[in-house]
Amino acid sequence: MSVLVLPLLVPLSTAVLCLVVAQPRVQRTLGLLGALALLASALALLLEVHRRGIQAVQIGNWPAPFGITFVADHLSALMVFASSVVALAVALYALAEPDPPRERLGYHPLSYFLLFGVNGAFLTGDIFNMYVWFEVLLLSSFVLMVLGNGRAQLAGGVKYFAVSLFSSVLFLVAVGLLYGSTGALNLADLATRVGELPLGLQNALAMLFLTAFGLKAAVFPFFFWLPASYPAPPVAISALFAGLLTKVGVYALLRVFTLLFTQDPAFTHGVILWVAGLTLLLGVLLALAQGELRRLLSFQLVSHIGYMLMGLGLLTPLALAGSVFYALNHMLVISALFLLAGLLDRLQGTSVLVRMGGLYRSHPGLALLFLLPAFSLAGLPPFSGFWAKFTLAAAGLEAGAYAIVGVALLVGLLTLLSMAMVFAEVFWKASPEGRSVPEGWGRLAVPVVLLAVLTLGIGLWAEPLMALSQQAARELLEPTPYIQAVLGVSR
Amino acid sequence: MEVLLAFLVGGLAAVGVYLMLRPHLIQFLVGFLVLGNAANLLIFTAGRLGSQFPPLVQRDGGLLEPIANPLPQALILTAIVIGFGLAAFGIVLFYRAEQGLGTLSAEAMPEVFEPAPAPSPVDQVEAPRSEKERVPA
Repeated sequence: MSVLVLPLLVPLSTAVLCLVVAQPRVQRTLGLLGALALLASALALLLEVHRRGIQAVQIGNWPAPFGITFVADHLSALMVFASSVVALAVALYALAEPDPPRERLGYHPLSYFLLFGVNGAFLTGDIFNMYVWFEVLLLSSFVLMVLGNGRAQLAGGVKYFAVSLFSSVLFLVAVGLLYGSTGALNLADLATRVGELPLGLQNALAMLFLTAFGLKAAVFPFFFWLPASYPAPPVAISALFAGLLTKVGVYALLRVFTLLFTQDPAFTHGVILWVAGLTLLLGVLLALAQGELRRLLSFQLVSHIGYMLMGLGLLTPLALAGSVFYALNHMLVISALFLLAGLLDRLQGTSVLVRMGGLYRSHPGLALLFLLPAFSLAGLPPFSGFWAKFTLAAAGLEAGAYAIVGVALLVGLLTLLSMAMVFAEVFWKASPEGRSVPEGWGRLAVPVVLLAVLTLGIGLWAEPLMALSQQAARELLEPTPYIQAVLGVSR
Repeated sequence: MEVLLAFLVGGLAAVGVYLMLRPHLIQFLVGFLVLGNAANLLIFTAGRLGSQFPPLVQRDGGLLEPIANPLPQALILTAIVIGFGLAAFGIVLFYRAEQGLGTLSAEAMPEVFEPAPAPSPVDQVEAPRSEKERVPA
């Protein structure tokens, strides 16, 4: 049994166990154990991939282009690893802030089914199976989104559901047309065949995939649904969504636009670059206009997806490494900020900025804790976000794409402004109603501290993760080893 | 045959998109079902049509040529099952939305934004019943 299937089996068995026991207290412990086991298996997979190269498994022993293929290269392994870190942080948060009604409705099993789907999408080597994994994670996320039937949750859930349905149909149509024109579904097999299609057909297919995945990744002009829905569910759910779901879309874009559609980068990757720039700018400008913390963070989440697309659009080794590094860094940072938003909400009884305040006086430690992920998001040294932005900017200058680099740097500055505004509103300003602030937030801060220390640690010691990201970028740009690992050396 | 089906797929897609753009959520759901069928027919057509034999092994162990391609049907079957699940969830979601928000019109749907404190209250209609179901005493 290969370690490749462990990141799938662990969440699946955790989910099933949680379904069986049904007592919230036992489920919470199980959830934490499952997250730890997932982290261990993701680490094992990463080590295996790093030591022995790209791993491929054919489930059921059907030979490669026909069977169910799972592949792990550096990109997949890194994404699985980062998602398991997010899962651990969220499990710690769920342990610290129990929500028994939602837990009885199935919060724990659903979140592990979600992780099952996410890891499946990261590891699959077949475009139709990717569609199925997307549905696994989407169905879990639909139920999580409206779990408990709060009014805001229902209103957000309807929008999220509607947009996801449409993007699923688009994805299915794109897969159907791709199959009809190449006769293949296995990604490695497709990589050898897509190049033979007429260029116009390739570009049409590429745009269909860009739309389908762009809807999932929440990029311009398809991001409107995200800030309408992500702030609605409780933080233990929205932090998981913010960390994982859009990154699955980004992963799919990275995979498809390096393995399949690379014949006409002037067009396809040019479009991606425009999308990246507009996502960056509009996201951050709309974030500046928000008066509620989780909604503001949702727009920041949208804006920073643009950075990952910028690396893909530039399509140089350094730029792709920057994209991968940015995605990993962003998963940790944005989850930390969402969890922190929940903590602040708990302390202040609201997350509307004008009604918050006075926390610097009562909780100076918390103010410092907020600054770590906030500065990392804005890209200040010595945090992981700095190296991510630095790599992308360097790659952009190297490629002569000055406009997008200018936009990227401007957006970094505006992000800093937006985070400083949050700091001023929540921490510096005197508390508007003179309320006393409850104590006992220590346990809730544990996952945030974990993620904040990680972003600081990666920032101070960026070399290992950067080396891994560069290796991932090399594999993306040179797909022959990937194809050989899946189809065998003989072909 | 392909041309006929291509027009059918195009017509269904147009109907589906039109219905999905209507404000009423039930129309949206019907639109999704129609559009889903258009996608399924598209995969079916893309798998090549013609008068072929089903891919079944005969008594003598051989196959009757030309063999029909079974893969599109497997794909469509998967897609139908997923679409069925999504539609079932959608009906329940819209039913609950109508109860909770008092409307099924996407345009009249309030821009509800009441970020409740972290474990926000659970709607009391559903919770007690499922509590009884889920937790054996």
